[in-house]
Amino acid sequence: MSELTLTLIKLGFLAVLWLFVLSAVSVIRSDIFGTKAPSQPRQPKQKAAPTKGRSGKSRKTPRGNPTTLKIVDGPNAGQSVPLGDEPILLGRGTDAAIRLDDDYVSTRHARFATNGEQWFVEDLGSTNGTYLGSQRITTPIPIGLGIQVRLGKTIVELQK
Amino acid sequence: MTTPVWVPRKRRGAELFLTFLAVFIGVAAYASVGLGAEGRIPADTYKLGGALIVVAIATHLIVRRVAPYADPVLLPLVIALNGLGLAMIYRLDIGRQQINPDRAAFANSQLVWTAVGIAAFAGILVAVRDHRRLQTLTYTFGAAAIGLLILPLIPGVGQTINGARIWVVLLGFSFQPGEAAKVCLAIFFAGYLVVKRDALALAGRRILGIDLPRGRDLGPILACWLISVGILVFQRDLGSSLLFFGLFVVMLYVATERPGWIVVGGLLFGAGAYFGYAAFGHVRVRFDAWLDPFGDPDRNGQVINGLFGLAHGGLLGQGLGQGSPQLTPFSFSDFIAASMGEELGLTGLMAILVIYGLIVERGLRIALTCRDAFGKLLAAGLAFSFALQVFVVVGGVTRLIPLTGLTTPFMAQGGSSVVMNWAIIGLLLRISDQTRRPAPEISSLDSNDETQVVRMS
Repeated sequence: MSELTLTLIKLGFLAVLWLFVLSAVSVIRSDIFGTKAPSQPRQPKQKAAPTKGRSGKSRKTPRGNPTTLKIVDGPNAGQSVPLGDEPILLGRGTDAAIRLDDDYVSTRHARFATNGEQWFVEDLGSTNGTYLGSQRITTPIPIGLGIQVRLGKTIVELQK
Repeated sequence: MTTPVWVPRKRRGAELFLTFLAVFIGVAAYASVGLGAEGRIPADTYKLGGALIVVAIATHLIVRRVAPYADPVLLPLVIALNGLGLAMIYRLDIGRQQINPDRAAFANSQLVWTAVGIAAFAGILVAVRDHRRLQTLTYTFGAAAIGLLILPLIPGVGQTINGARIWVVLLGFSFQPGEAAKVCLAIFFAGYLVVKRDALALAGRRILGIDLPRGRDLGPILACWLISVGILVFQRDLGSSLLFFGLFVVMLYVATERPGWIVVGGLLFGAGAYFGYAAFGHVRVRFDAWLDPFGDPDRNGQVINGLFGLAHGGLLGQGLGQGSPQLTPFSFSDFIAASMGEELGLTGLMAILVIYGLIVERGLRIALTCRDAFGKLLAAGLAFSFALQVFVVVGGVTRLIPLTGLTTPFMAQGGSSVVMNWAIIGLLLRISDQTRRPAPEISSLDSNDETQVVRMS
């Protein structure tokens, strides 16, 4: 093996090493700048989704700001809390805004909070989880009017 | 709706491409070691390359299946480091056996440990479907960490190798439980601080401009820290001691957002270092070797050899297989950074350090985007411990700071280190999969739908 070949191999190897590093950096770069706002494929999917029980109405989210949080199903059905700027805690504990008499609800189950424009629901590490439809939520999720959130056997929604 | 919908990209294709590149780097390094040291490509390069590609594709498929939204660059970066480390260990086996044919070869066992590590990585991804489930086991992990740290001190099980009693020998295998304890402690600190951080940050007295928390809030964590550090002093493992202390201080800082903790931690560390210098002979030896290595060339031969190796490497290195890194004692574990610097030069060593930097950056990024406090703290702690470990090892080898015995993650020879680092990457990928996963679509409002079954274990 000649000296020249070995030198070329050495330089080639270093070049490949840096090529790898730079491609990793470029993937990270596109990861930072490449988070696209709502992409096209998501919209039709949302429209096509089944809307049982609400089929008469348009799927478009009702306009206006929610003013109350209402329990529509479960042991405490009918109760409601007015919405302010403060976060609202739901659960079986005494510090909850509405004390839910639901065996499947944790002491501090979920929190509704707003950033001034948008309401979010966040699970607080409950045992049985908080669900939007059939999906268990793991992070704060923005919710609008009429979106039903399920905690244990209780269903709550934001109303006008 | 004014809140923009964030659509994360999976980038799994990019990950596959980078993975192939990383495997290529490993195999090319192996082949050029053979070319440089023995003048021919090792006969089993194709076999090894094929096996590595199969393993890499299998790992990629597992990630695609169980963590589809996980960070796309972590896995290739780690594979590249591991491949480079394996090639260098193989190269040092050749070199050391040229000096003395009786010396042990490590490359094969390291390959086996890498396979075990990848299995642990896959196992964690499959078994831990939601990292928050680990939070329920906070105290279990705390107890496990202490148990693991005590293990080497038990007579019959523990063994003293090279002056440090940090080894456990079971069924002919020796491993360092301290590496596993690091992960357990990170989980324990994260779980504990999530619950107590408000109390730690708010309740308490203010002394000398620093808010000190109440004793009962700090009690368990201080006890845990004292026990771990105490054990480490008895085991004479200063590197790990420094690592655990740094992890502890930084996680406290991240949890409470109080810079005072860094100050207190720095002062405590300074006091500890001074005490170590005054009380322990082996600490003083390390300090002297750092300040004036050439004052006692016989005793500081290892550090001096490492420095000569780095100088011999220069800008572009001697080329794989063509330097003489085998002359340095422990060139395959503690001094693998110097061995890399000799054969790949500053250019190659910088690339390796950038790879480490990118891994840490991804870890901190995961911590930033993570929306639950436990995941945030855990990711930050794991990423920081990784960064500190690399800094302590490379800084020690290049004589920036006194040399302490810690393993270079993924590169240094040592089974427990490789396995636990793969486990750390598994945890990080799991957290990043959770944070990058898009929010469920708010479309089907039929609450009578079958809900997702979640197994509580």
